[in-house]
Amino acid sequence: MTSTQIIHGIDTLNIHSIESFGIYDGPGIRMVVFLQGCTFSCLYCGNPDTMKCDQGKTYPIDNLFEEATHMKSYFTNGGGITFSGGEPCLQAKRLIPLMKRLKEEGFHICLDTNGNVFNHYVEEMLQYVDLVLLDVKHIDSAQHQYITGRPNEKTLAFAKYLEDHHRPFWLRYVLVPGLTDAPADLHHLGQHFCDYQQIEKLEIQPYHTLGVHKWEILGLDYQLKDTPKNSPEQIEVARDIFESYFKEVVVN
Amino acid sequence: MITDIENDVEPFVAGNWNETIDVRDFVMKNITPYDGDADFLCPPTEDTDLLFDICKTAVKEELANDGVRAIDASTISRINSHAAGYISEPHEKIVGLQTDQLLKRAIKPFGGPRVVEKACNEHGVALDPKVKEVFNYVKSHNDGVFAAYNDEIRKFRSLGFLTGLPDNYARGRIIGDYRRLALYGVDRLIEQKIIDLAGINGPYDDYKIRLREEVNDQIIALKEIIALGETYGLDLKRPAKNAQEAVQWVYMAYLAAVKEQDGAAMSLGNVSSFLDIYIERDLKAGIITESEAQELIDQLVMKLRMVRHLRMEAYNEIFAGDPTWVTEAIGGMTLEGQHKVTKTSFRFLQTLYNLGPSPEPNLTVLWSPKLPEGFKKFCAKVSVDTSSIQYENDDLMRATRCADDYGIACCVSYQEIGKHIQFFGARCNLAKALLLAINGGKCENTGTIVVENLPALDDGVLDFEDVMINFKYAMKEVARVYVDAMNIIHYMHDRYYYERAQMAFIDTDPRVNVAYGIAGLSIVADSLSAIKHAKVTPIRNEDGLAVDFKIEGEFPCYGNDDNRVDFIARDITSIFNQQLAEYPTYKNAEPTMSILTITSNVSYGKKTGATPDGREKGVAFAPGANPMHGRDTHGAIASLNSVAKLNYEDAQDGISNTLTMIPKTLGNDEKTRVNNLTAIMDGYFSRGAHHLNVNVLDRELLFEAMEHPEKYPQLTIRVSGYAVNFVRLTRDQQLEVISRSFFDQV
Repeated sequence: MTSTQIIHGIDTLNIHSIESFGIYDGPGIRMVVFLQGCTFSCLYCGNPDTMKCDQGKTYPIDNLFEEATHMKSYFTNGGGITFSGGEPCLQAKRLIPLMKRLKEEGFHICLDTNGNVFNHYVEEMLQYVDLVLLDVKHIDSAQHQYITGRPNEKTLAFAKYLEDHHRPFWLRYVLVPGLTDAPADLHHLGQHFCDYQQIEKLEIQPYHTLGVHKWEILGLDYQLKDTPKNSPEQIEVARDIFESYFKEVVVN
Repeated sequence: MITDIENDVEPFVAGNWNETIDVRDFVMKNITPYDGDADFLCPPTEDTDLLFDICKTAVKEELANDGVRAIDASTISRINSHAAGYISEPHEKIVGLQTDQLLKRAIKPFGGPRVVEKACNEHGVALDPKVKEVFNYVKSHNDGVFAAYNDEIRKFRSLGFLTGLPDNYARGRIIGDYRRLALYGVDRLIEQKIIDLAGINGPYDDYKIRLREEVNDQIIALKEIIALGETYGLDLKRPAKNAQEAVQWVYMAYLAAVKEQDGAAMSLGNVSSFLDIYIERDLKAGIITESEAQELIDQLVMKLRMVRHLRMEAYNEIFAGDPTWVTEAIGGMTLEGQHKVTKTSFRFLQTLYNLGPSPEPNLTVLWSPKLPEGFKKFCAKVSVDTSSIQYENDDLMRATRCADDYGIACCVSYQEIGKHIQFFGARCNLAKALLLAINGGKCENTGTIVVENLPALDDGVLDFEDVMINFKYAMKEVARVYVDAMNIIHYMHDRYYYERAQMAFIDTDPRVNVAYGIAGLSIVADSLSAIKHAKVTPIRNEDGLAVDFKIEGEFPCYGNDDNRVDFIARDITSIFNQQLAEYPTYKNAEPTMSILTITSNVSYGKKTGATPDGREKGVAFAPGANPMHGRDTHGAIASLNSVAKLNYEDAQDGISNTLTMIPKTLGNDEKTRVNNLTAIMDGYFSRGAHHLNVNVLDRELLFEAMEHPEKYPQLTIRVSGYAVNFVRLTRDQQLEVISRSFFDQV
């Protein structure tokens, strides 16, 4: 599927890192596995060091499973495991056996994806996923291409697939001043998704610059240097608009 | 014999407690467990506010006056040594101060008069020559210990292998069952002690002779407590008749203890649900209102916050922030599976709102996932708002120690109330013991031979097996000397500074455990992990001492839920605990061990050379059983899970862990934060972990408080096993607290 699969064995994943106490990537307390490699190169990416597929570290699936087992007692509040990245769908084939084991043990599984990778492995993997966190970077495909390097048709098709197959999901939307917060675009996104029954909530992710130093370390040019953080008013405007389309809107 | 409780209200349910001294039976028969939420709680009364304003002003004066407001340097403090003291008498529902004036400190020189003199001098006060004169004729605990110490113990002590030993200050840790005064009154307690005394028959050996003398001293103490009560117009001969008296009587019993002793930690015990029985009865009878019930608890807690001991400055290194450890254990379950949460459990926590955050009393929630949800949520909310609570695993302690009526001595030490005491033993430095293994038994700083017959290691890369053989031998020798020191200390403490006032409220001839401790566990675990999983080569000076280490390759660090290193920490704990248990103890005390440092992790670090984990010479250790800051890179839960792997069976005196999070990490709003913190506690304790300090605060706030301490007199932060006013820490300690892992992943 990808170059990483050749490098690493079937019993391993290529991961960037693990955060054992995540609370912003799905319900309750989450063990978040950040997988290495992404199909997008978003201008504002907070984890640019997860982008390249030929980096990261090989991590045995058995170890991940054991760590998850140790964390189970913390998941009483609806928590569980979230696979994020990078783009976890790039490693769908090797995630399937792990998710299957986790599911047998009763873990709640979230998949945090940009929806740009879809194949029969992803489709099979989705059987084990309780909740998808679908990142929609922009509703306008040209703008989407500008931000991520790819158009958005596959992401929208992914959303349609989830809707048609009754798989619950949350939309996640990074609100970047001047780039993704034009009211017309927000309305457009709301109109596109307002009839989706499987969308449980929309999460607004305010723009932050916590990852900028990583771009510098990697020797990459961060193009949004002059972009300010959202003002509280900007966030409220976006919230108001989204609330007219979605049953629950949360600002992370 | 039936205890005759005079009252005009419904009598208590009778039971074995009427026949014999059995407070647990009284509590179990009469407790009203509460399953609701915190909505019933009341704000402080006007009187409480007025009194606490006076206290706050006095505390400000104390801080401005180098931490001590006043000293009575001529009266040796005893149960009945000082005239009555008040904050503002007409407004006080609960009376009693240690001296005749708020925050005036008394002298208690029987631990060591030189320490008291030094403390006085440091605050510009001269110790009355009359007091010094006394010690021309009598011996102190300190004199006794040093008369018996051998050269070996002195060497281990001066080089920093054993530190903080209670050989020149009072050992503390003993918890009187202060509830007994309220339930029985002094007369009945004396009656029982007389019966006990009559039962200690010949032939007399050392043990029985000592016990007879001790019980007699307890009876004298009880008589003095009657006089203490009279100073305040209280008839302590009889049992308490109502809620106000019950609170007052319990406090008088505790006050006698802290007038007589200045033990490092003098816990209150487990009084909340006991007091609730009296409060519930008075509420039902319409004698008091909820507001008045809260007022009693607020005013008791206010008094407990004003308890002070006179300490010299050096003491601050090991126990920073002027702590008293008035630890009160709240909640928990009974052996029969019923929870012990009452409305007064809530009322105690409510004092953190009514009087603001505070390190004292050291409120300790005995947690079980089975506690009622309303209480768990309230605890979590109070933690999020005040960072003033610690949590201990009730399921674990109840099952392992087989009792449910227990308190916590100091920070993490189980003690069955009234049945069981402990001998405090400070701690030894395991990281230095590891360096002995690498340096052929020589102290890494001075080259002094500390342990004989340790072979030098081969040159070059350290071999894990070779190091372990030497390390086990070094630990065994440290254990041997440590036990000797403890036996001498407690023999002498009993002889020269016996806790007659506390022991008067404890069964005659109680069980004893001796509480050893270790510091530097995470340093040892990471060092051994580095030796095992990477290549570590000592860099030796001309004397052959390792002054630094070259580390090649990666190694797993404790704090990431990685068994390769976590099991090293677990196994070292187990090995050393067994080594300690191999030697006989004074009074046949049961050996136990803690993993707890208080704030001494800073001073321990200063005394310890570079270690094989890459830690530089002099750098502070992590506190307690915490992973070393910055090395727990997998987030908070992985860090907690590493600590949870340490076996409580191997460290029954407690395993301290401190978790510090910024509010945003716990959630966006209060409800989410409360839910997540509750889930963390349920999760952590379900994994068999023992203790957790919870801090929820921003690092920026601490920097701000360092610069403007006057603005944050009540800012409280939990450190290893207790809490301190942040502004009372030294700058070194403040910086060390700030350098610790703040879990701030968002």
